[in-house]
Amino acid sequence: MRGRPALFTRYESDSAMLPTTTQRVWLLVGLLVVAGAAVWLPRDWLILIATAFIASVGVIGLNLVTGYAGQVSLGHAFFLGVGAYAGAAFGGEATDKLVGFGLDVVLWIPLAGLVAAVIGAAIAPIAVRLRGLYLAFLTLGLVFLGEHVFREWDSVTGGPGIGRKPGVLRLAGWRFDLDGEIAGYAVTREQQIYWLALIVLIIMAFAAKNIVRSRIGRAFAAVRDRDIAAEVMGIDLTRYKVLAFAVSSFYAGVAGSLLFTVTGFVNTNSFNLLLSFAYIAMVVIGGAASITGSIMGATFLTLLPRLIDGAGGVLPFLKVSSQGLLSTSQLERIVFGALIIGFLIFEPRGLNGIWMRIRNYWKAWPFSY
Amino acid sequence: MTTFLQATIAGLSLASIYALLALGFVIIYKAMQVVSFAHPAVMLFGAYMVSWFAVDVGVPFVLAVVLGALATALLGYLSERIAIRPMIGKPLFSIAIVTIGLDVVIRTPINNLIGLDIRGVGSPWGFNSWTVGGANLPHRSVAMIVTALVITVFLFLFFRYTRVGLAMRATAMDQEVALAQGINVGRIFALAWMMAGAMAAVAGMFAASDLAGLSASTYIVGIKALPAIVVGGLDSINGAVVGALVVGLAEAYTATYQSSVAPWLGSNFSQVVPYVVLLAVLLIRPYGLFGSAEVERV
Repeated sequence: MRGRPALFTRYESDSAMLPTTTQRVWLLVGLLVVAGAAVWLPRDWLILIATAFIASVGVIGLNLVTGYAGQVSLGHAFFLGVGAYAGAAFGGEATDKLVGFGLDVVLWIPLAGLVAAVIGAAIAPIAVRLRGLYLAFLTLGLVFLGEHVFREWDSVTGGPGIGRKPGVLRLAGWRFDLDGEIAGYAVTREQQIYWLALIVLIIMAFAAKNIVRSRIGRAFAAVRDRDIAAEVMGIDLTRYKVLAFAVSSFYAGVAGSLLFTVTGFVNTNSFNLLLSFAYIAMVVIGGAASITGSIMGATFLTLLPRLIDGAGGVLPFLKVSSQGLLSTSQLERIVFGALIIGFLIFEPRGLNGIWMRIRNYWKAWPFSY
Repeated sequence: MTTFLQATIAGLSLASIYALLALGFVIIYKAMQVVSFAHPAVMLFGAYMVSWFAVDVGVPFVLAVVLGALATALLGYLSERIAIRPMIGKPLFSIAIVTIGLDVVIRTPINNLIGLDIRGVGSPWGFNSWTVGGANLPHRSVAMIVTALVITVFLFLFFRYTRVGLAMRATAMDQEVALAQGINVGRIFALAWMMAGAMAAVAGMFAASDLAGLSASTYIVGIKALPAIVVGGLDSINGAVVGALVVGLAEAYTATYQSSVAPWLGSNFSQVVPYVVLLAVLLIRPYGLFGSAEVERV
């Protein structure tokens, strides 16, 4: 670190994504480590982390509308579902019962996002009239209506109990979802999904970062902080609220379309209120209005079951076999609920806030007050 | 006509469950401007407690309901004290999310306790019914409607004529001024949560007293009470009752007539009708039928 990295003389450098060389270098190193880790990570961890990457995309979307634009949405599960089924319809194979177009992955991921975005934009005008908690209720209603549609529209969703396969990860004849060989090296299905998810996350995260540091992001923040004041300053409320919903739904659509490629199966009852709650929890635990926080929150909550499984051997009251008070999945739910409460009471800025505090402490070390 | 009467009876029964839940929501909302998403879970807890006292412990049914309501009131008190009180003054959105966390924390162990077996609540009226004008009038429906009516009337009298009711209305109007008048606002918050909890226990007991009994999916009934309060308006006691009636009747009529009138809407459409009503009302009146529009300070 040379010169005075905290001294900005131009507005561009102040709002730059990575203002200092140190940050750029560390980000690059970090990305290389994460990408390279796929070579030696075991399969189950690859799958888990790939899921975390995909969930991060969805959480970034929710954070854009809820954290940045301040519009509480409990309807994220609905948009994830729309994305999952749009992806499955565009990318999946047609059978005698199911719709499927068998497109390439580079086409069906954005298409899934677009379908969700269009639906998001269509619902937004209703949402724009509503404030605060009434909006939360509206989006909550959306989840239940969505569940009903998913159950009934069996030419796309396969119907309850039957379900369907998600879109096929196919690019110009190459299959990401099969073990293969790149330049003489054997690569597994899990490694390829991991890299694909990482690439999607990098693209989506940088796009989101660009949205929030630009005019649009500032308008979102103004709407969140006080919408009437924002309107007085010349921000078109309807336009930005619709935009926030559309962008957020696009992210949810992309995440939804990929989320089930990992397990290879989309079930109609996956998109319930608990999924929406889980995404809200990821936003809160990661840190509202923070892209980095979104990724932290998604990763933390996705890995949490695994960590609790590990704790199963240590804590005696856990039901590892058949006796015991709670099963690990139940403990995981309780921990997840308690974490939401705990973070909101003690650290409303989430994991990102904790990280900021640690970083700022060491910035001034050893002269911290 | 008989079909219509039958549907109306079913609708009124549903409405009485929704009304008991919605009144709890509104009392909490009026006291501290908090919407409790944990309320359906509290209801499930109440239903389980009644079932536990009546079936497992074996106390008389009426006593079981009273004990269950008290236990649920205690749960409401503890939730408020531990999770909600530290959040006073934070954004409404954050508090709403805390109640979501609370919902998960309460619901998971209760689901574990309920288990997978069919579990009754030991209700004495069984599944007998009278016949009125050709339609079946189950004893259960009569018990539900009468209880809901009695509790609602009692609440109106309580708010209108008692000192504590007056204190609660004052707190709803302005917390600081209420504090300045010597009202213990914290105690009012606790009381609101306890009243809501007790009513939720009664509602849960009724919801679980049908043929299906108490199961994890009894929770759905509680979730469907949310549209009722939004339809009525979050801060209106009258609205809660009207909203419950609108939602309950709409659901019952749909269950009766939709399969012949609009079969393309799919099976079990009546289960999502409350949300359709919610969307329709919010489209026309963004603050519900009886809710007061927020006055905004810039």
